[in-house]
Amino acid sequence: MGYPVTDSEVLIGRRNGLIGDSVIRPDGVEKVRGEFRFASDLPMEGALWGATLRSLHPHARIKRLDVTPAWAIPGVEAIITAEDVPGKSTYGLIFADQPVFASDVVRYVGEPIAAVAADHPETCRKALAAIVVEYELLEPLTDPERAVDGSHPPIHPDGNVIRHQRVLCGDSSATGPVVVEGSYEMGMQDQAFLGLEAALALPDPGGAGVELHVATQAMHEDLHQIAACLGLPEDKVRLVLAGVGGAFGGREDLSLQVHTCLLALRTGRPVRVHYGREESFLGHIHRHPATIWMRHHATSDGRIVKIEARFLLDGGAYASTSSAVLVNAVTHAQGPYVCHNAVVDGWSVRTNNPPCGAMRGFGVVQACFAHEGQMDKLAAACGLSPVEVRLRNAMRTGDRLITGQVIENVAPVERCIRETDALPLPDEPIGGYGDDPMRLPGGAGLTADRSHIRRGIGWGVAIKNMMYSEGFDDYSTARCVLEDGVATLKFATAEVGQGFVTIAQQIARTLLGVDEVRLDRIDTTIGSAGSTSASRQTWMSGGAVDMACRRVRERLFEHVGQLWATDPIRLVIEGDCVVDTVDPARRISVSDATSGVRLAETAEYHHPPTEPLDENGQGACHTAFAFVAHRAVVDVDPQLGLVKVVQIATAQDIGVALNPLSVIGQLEGGIAQGLGLAVMEEIVMQDGRIRNPSFTDYLLPTFLDMPAVLASLIEEPDPRAPLGAKGVGEPPCISVTPAIVAAIRDAIGKDLHRVPVRPQDICL
Amino acid sequence: MMHGLRKWGMMTSVISEISALVGHVLSGGYTVQITVNVNGTAQTSDVEPRQLLVHYVRETLGLTGTNVGCDTSSCGACTLHVNGQSTKSCTMLAVQADGQSVTTIEGIAKGDELHPMQKAFMENHGLQCGYCTPGMVMAAIGILDENPKPTEDEVRVALEGNLCRCTGYHNIVKSILACANG
Repeated sequence: MGYPVTDSEVLIGRRNGLIGDSVIRPDGVEKVRGEFRFASDLPMEGALWGATLRSLHPHARIKRLDVTPAWAIPGVEAIITAEDVPGKSTYGLIFADQPVFASDVVRYVGEPIAAVAADHPETCRKALAAIVVEYELLEPLTDPERAVDGSHPPIHPDGNVIRHQRVLCGDSSATGPVVVEGSYEMGMQDQAFLGLEAALALPDPGGAGVELHVATQAMHEDLHQIAACLGLPEDKVRLVLAGVGGAFGGREDLSLQVHTCLLALRTGRPVRVHYGREESFLGHIHRHPATIWMRHHATSDGRIVKIEARFLLDGGAYASTSSAVLVNAVTHAQGPYVCHNAVVDGWSVRTNNPPCGAMRGFGVVQACFAHEGQMDKLAAACGLSPVEVRLRNAMRTGDRLITGQVIENVAPVERCIRETDALPLPDEPIGGYGDDPMRLPGGAGLTADRSHIRRGIGWGVAIKNMMYSEGFDDYSTARCVLEDGVATLKFATAEVGQGFVTIAQQIARTLLGVDEVRLDRIDTTIGSAGSTSASRQTWMSGGAVDMACRRVRERLFEHVGQLWATDPIRLVIEGDCVVDTVDPARRISVSDATSGVRLAETAEYHHPPTEPLDENGQGACHTAFAFVAHRAVVDVDPQLGLVKVVQIATAQDIGVALNPLSVIGQLEGGIAQGLGLAVMEEIVMQDGRIRNPSFTDYLLPTFLDMPAVLASLIEEPDPRAPLGAKGVGEPPCISVTPAIVAAIRDAIGKDLHRVPVRPQDICL
Repeated sequence: MMHGLRKWGMMTSVISEISALVGHVLSGGYTVQITVNVNGTAQTSDVEPRQLLVHYVRETLGLTGTNVGCDTSSCGACTLHVNGQSTKSCTMLAVQADGQSVTTIEGIAKGDELHPMQKAFMENHGLQCGYCTPGMVMAAIGILDENPKPTEDEVRVALEGNLCRCTGYHNIVKSILACANG
């Protein structure tokens, strides 16, 4: 059923509270009952199934594409290729460089070439197998360095460099008595949301339009791209959010949307497309693999004088958000530390690897892994503790970034570090309690020797931008209707599991004095809410809901003011009543005041404008920042290369805890993903092919991998945030990765410069 | 002797059944009638012998609360109960459930009254996107059936085969312990 709410949700809504309360999810009942409709669960009698034919090669010319044999299979209703795309043949969030279907050249393994619709998934499989594709193999570009040095011919008309961006700041010749240098490498991480890609497209009669029910992060971003490719006006394409089983950036780009709509329009029948897990690995973008070099110059007491850095991000075959990911990486190169001089160069490049784009942390994960490795080297070189070197350099509100941007947000970096440091270390002895082999690194099956196990402690601290950057106006829209004591909210904010639906109800309840807050269907019949990404929805869509509710409250006060012949300025909400502050005995319940009255307001929330970066990387390009610190404790068997993360302590700058239960959920979930990147998660690439596109070979953290988490929520309301609250989604997964790697280094005394840390990195 | 002959007879009949089955399957469209007690109701359906239990539940019966997350029996999103035992329904064929009793996530609440485990997950924020939740809840009920007062470590070991990508697991453990102690 997804959204809107059912009666059971409304009942829960009555029990629950206001901003600051640990309110439980309005969709909780449906989700625990198995009644919540994920995109793969939508009922539709007579719907056809769609499936996608994908490239087998990382780089090849399509010499011949013959779909006629597939038409001979009974049950096949449509076969479409690039020739059948009526509108724009390409799409993309920033540059429209990715074909809906490859026509002349394929640029990565898994690139769509054709799609079919048929009566049954099995018929689809047979049809795909019958389509003839003859390839002329071309040399794949799989080494991103060759994209930078120009030694490989362009693999796309737009060239092999997606973006080059430098950041030059202060005196490039500045130096200090201490210089530390390091090279860092990060593998390709997958978002691995559990709910596989799925969509259902319903064509309008005569093919005049289409309605797409889909699990996505960004309703209107999808809409713009889909409509352009379908060659339809935007008002003829309607998106409805189906239940989303997690996203983490992996649903920011299109995957099956255009294919599903095209098949529905071609057949005039409803069409559903579901990916399996292997196809999901091929069908969505991943986190950018990176190689990073950094050199820090510092005073002998450990204060940073200058940073030099070089970033190389492998964007894969198409641009996706690579240019924005690069900007995040280079502009966060200094970390949450004061630095007046910088020479930073970065490239995001095109290769014949799978396309990479958004994943939780978005470029800052890569930068943080490098700058935190550097801080530990600096600490060692200056004889300081990891904590002390970070405290000495911690930035504050008013400090200037290497882009020239002044930090105007609350910036409690020092407090993040101190509060993390104050959290107790684990009382669990090295190797775990008692003789339980499950507590050993590697668990019972990998036979770590208790006598060999060493413990290490490591630190990571991060700064993360929130909202979109470089002049992008990623506004959000919300409507509030107050009628008969019930508030109804409407927005296009993609609920992907993060809990915005809960926050939205809390805001309305708090501002309007109502218990019952209904949520209208999440679709594109209202203005854009932007994407559920960049830690932005609490701020942006929370801001829009807040603004709409405040306007409705003004209307309510005007209405009651007229009833009482009183100046509305005297009126306030107390509990569930409108009260006259001058004569507090005079009060009316909101329910009575709005009986038979409908007050409706729509609001658009915009954040303050940002600037593009100039060619030297100068400009106030980011909207706002949040900060976080992590301390990791690990046990390592250095001979077998096994790691057990024992404890993570964290303090996070969250502004205000609108819903503490939900905040903790984000912190713990983010820590799990950062742990995965640190010690297990990697899409293993070989010659442009993914070697482990399954959950048997792409390892995700389990119940047994998850360490104890101690969290301190730092609540310093940010006056720039509409609710005082910062986004909490991304910071948890950013500095936990370098903290774990630092802890492993501390345990074994070996320089580790690559994540995920593999057994051979530890023991060989 | 008699015993041996009977065994041989059974084997030949099994072999002829298998070859007949293979022939039917290869020619397509071969189905078997099964009757499964699902959530307390006997359901009789014609299913292909190769159909997985999870697809029978989702597609034949339309009970979509049981989710598919991986295709490789790694994630546990499809966990349900077969004769009271928690089972990944992608590891069984529908025909193997013939004559058995299956309980899915849709079958554990009593009308509007949630099962205590469902309530515990909701109240302890043991879910975010909710995709793993039906499998987690069913697996968790299975744990408490065998071990009504588990320790935290016992819960973690027992649920190692169920993946969650949103929560970091702690609130799921809390939910189960709250239910056990509730």
